[in-house]
Amino acid sequence: MASRQHSSSNRTAFWQDPDKRAIVYQVISLGIVLMVGYYLFSNTMANLERQNIATGFKFLDNESAFEIGESMISYSAADTYGRALLVGVLNTLKVSFIGIIITVILGTIIGIARLSSNWLVSRLAAIYIEVLQDIPVLLQLFFWYALFYQFFPSPRQALKPLPGVFISNRGLVFAVPAHHPVHSYMLLMALAAVVGSYFLRRWARKRQEETGKYFPVWRVSLLLVIVLPLIAWIAGGAPTAMNIPVLRGFNFVGGLNISPEFTALLMGLVLYTAAFVAEIVRAGIQSVSHGQTEAAMAIGLKPGQILNLVILPQALRVIIPPLTSQMLNLTKNSSLAVAIGFPDFVSVANTTINQTGQAIEGIALIMAVYLIFSLTTSVFMNWYNKKSKLVER
Amino acid sequence: MAVYDITEDYQDLKPPVINTGVIGWLRNNLFNTWYNSLLTLLFLYLLWMVVPPFIRWALIDSHWASTSAECHQSGGACWSIIHANIRFIIFGFYPPAEQWRPLTAMIILFALLMVSRNRKWWSRYLIFTWIAGLVVMGWLMKGGIFGLTAIDSSQWGGLPLTLTLSVFGLAAAYPLGVILALGRQSKLPVIRSLTIIYIEMIRGVPLISLLFMSAIIFPLFLPEGVTINKIIRAQAAIIMFTAAYVAEVVRGGLQAMPKGQYEAADSIGLNYVQTMRLIILPQALKIVIPPTVSILISAFKDTSLVVIIALYDLLKTTQSTLSNPKWMGFSTEAYLFVALIYFICCYFMSTWSRKLEKELSTDR
Repeated sequence: MASRQHSSSNRTAFWQDPDKRAIVYQVISLGIVLMVGYYLFSNTMANLERQNIATGFKFLDNESAFEIGESMISYSAADTYGRALLVGVLNTLKVSFIGIIITVILGTIIGIARLSSNWLVSRLAAIYIEVLQDIPVLLQLFFWYALFYQFFPSPRQALKPLPGVFISNRGLVFAVPAHHPVHSYMLLMALAAVVGSYFLRRWARKRQEETGKYFPVWRVSLLLVIVLPLIAWIAGGAPTAMNIPVLRGFNFVGGLNISPEFTALLMGLVLYTAAFVAEIVRAGIQSVSHGQTEAAMAIGLKPGQILNLVILPQALRVIIPPLTSQMLNLTKNSSLAVAIGFPDFVSVANTTINQTGQAIEGIALIMAVYLIFSLTTSVFMNWYNKKSKLVER
Repeated sequence: MAVYDITEDYQDLKPPVINTGVIGWLRNNLFNTWYNSLLTLLFLYLLWMVVPPFIRWALIDSHWASTSAECHQSGGACWSIIHANIRFIIFGFYPPAEQWRPLTAMIILFALLMVSRNRKWWSRYLIFTWIAGLVVMGWLMKGGIFGLTAIDSSQWGGLPLTLTLSVFGLAAAYPLGVILALGRQSKLPVIRSLTIIYIEMIRGVPLISLLFMSAIIFPLFLPEGVTINKIIRAQAAIIMFTAAYVAEVVRGGLQAMPKGQYEAADSIGLNYVQTMRLIILPQALKIVIPPTVSILISAFKDTSLVVIIALYDLLKTTQSTLSNPKWMGFSTEAYLFVALIYFICCYFMSTWSRKLEKELSTDR
């Protein structure tokens, strides 16, 4: 209060009052940003008008007139651009989802191998990490893609490592169970088993806290997940018919085909990101001091319990945040699919831009989709960080 | 029971022979438990399956300076593809008679990097040397004055282009990133939210979307008749992208500064610019040198993405060599060669960063 009276009585010039100066700075910077924005916008509008390009997202309803090599939903060239882009988003999600799962598993194995007491294993893991981290992921994609075409034979001379599995330069083809209604019931049962295990775990934990009695949750859950679908399968008449790929003309018909583009993309992304994940896992495990293990042993926990109750909760707190950013990196790097011809979202959007000339809308869509991915991830991260925050006395 | 006279026949008891030397090392590091022994044997077998055939392919059965026809007949590696196309792979479409210029520029760059490796040399003069070096390199590449013929930047390619994009990319992105980081830590809400929007947006999208933007949309931003070279547009995209990542790293350094530093600066009457320039930034930037180097590494690797917008960087020149029917089918050799170049550069940077991290951590 005293200072305010002081300043008002002395009539401080407004450029010497930090509060007023702050307002001026902010108005100026906002003004500059708006002016630059308006300048670019007006130029763009003038340019678009001159080139007769209509703006807006109406083109999404037009017929796309291009084919997409692989799709998770039904799609043909007669469908709209909107549907083509949806196919692209789903393909991006597919490669990212499968990629993330394999990356986490492979990265964890390599990270643990890096800490192995076995000199050879630890050295090999170190070499893997160093080499794969230091080569651009795009180069790795090109390498695997070219290797596929150079080394694998044409479908006629396809390699047969296992019965019903064929590897050729058209991709990996393998036999799958022929379509049967019982499969959807099996899936339902498996889902039910997972949900059941979740409630079982909650019940077991509550009971242990109240009575101290231990219940083997993991073993029972595993049993549930295996046995319930098996029951559905047997109840459905135990169908064993297989859809076996057959060579017809120049390519295989039937079975499940994984294209070389998808395989090269997946391999490149997984091998590259796994090197980073391995380093994260190593750092996470090393962050839990050995005293913790000894203390857990001293109070008589079993090795499995030590890992589950003492080491993992502490290591995961260090591992999860950088791990999520690596998962996001993998998703963003999957956009490099455009370079080897896998129809991911960026690749489809690029084709759309080339056909319609709607460059601004196309790139805005690309950015929006990836921004949604990363915002979702950061919402999850904030939730996790809050949940796993160290509770101190 | 005899009484020992320790002084008389005392002698060092040597440890058992199986615990020392090569055997001891093997026992301790490779065969200490049954599963480690199993793992060792398994991996030795795998190495035996992979390494000798690879050496045979790469070194023994290989061709180093033959024609492509000879290569197609043999089963070994065809390093001749590198030998025959090395100038194109390294320099792209730069006129062959003038290729000494980018070569000299690269030598200057590596000399500067070597000098900067040593922390004893870090001083104001080094910064001036760098600026002078960059100007000389630009002059060598571009020409046009002092008797060098002008080479349009659309003819730049190969390794010099890759290095230009990463060196200028980081040189420009670093100050921009510091400004963005200061903006994000600012007390002024408008400035803070503008920078947060920028940083989070750029970090949320893949670099390739920015490169597409630079290639397709950027020309639309300019008034009629004004065009900017494709390389410079890509360079701008790389700078925008890298700056956001630099900003996040620098923010980490700023947040690590204790509040007392700001209060001390206030109490001796420094204003904002002085506080930052003299007190906060020198300390904060020093802490974040190692993560900054890893940003440099990833920026260097990310320049390879300009392949997608058809700039002839190192990777693209290699690819177009491979599309020559004469050399088709030797992609493994060509890609291994390029991978080796990238690996050497990145490995050099990352070992240096680790060394630096050690030095800096003992300082404090």
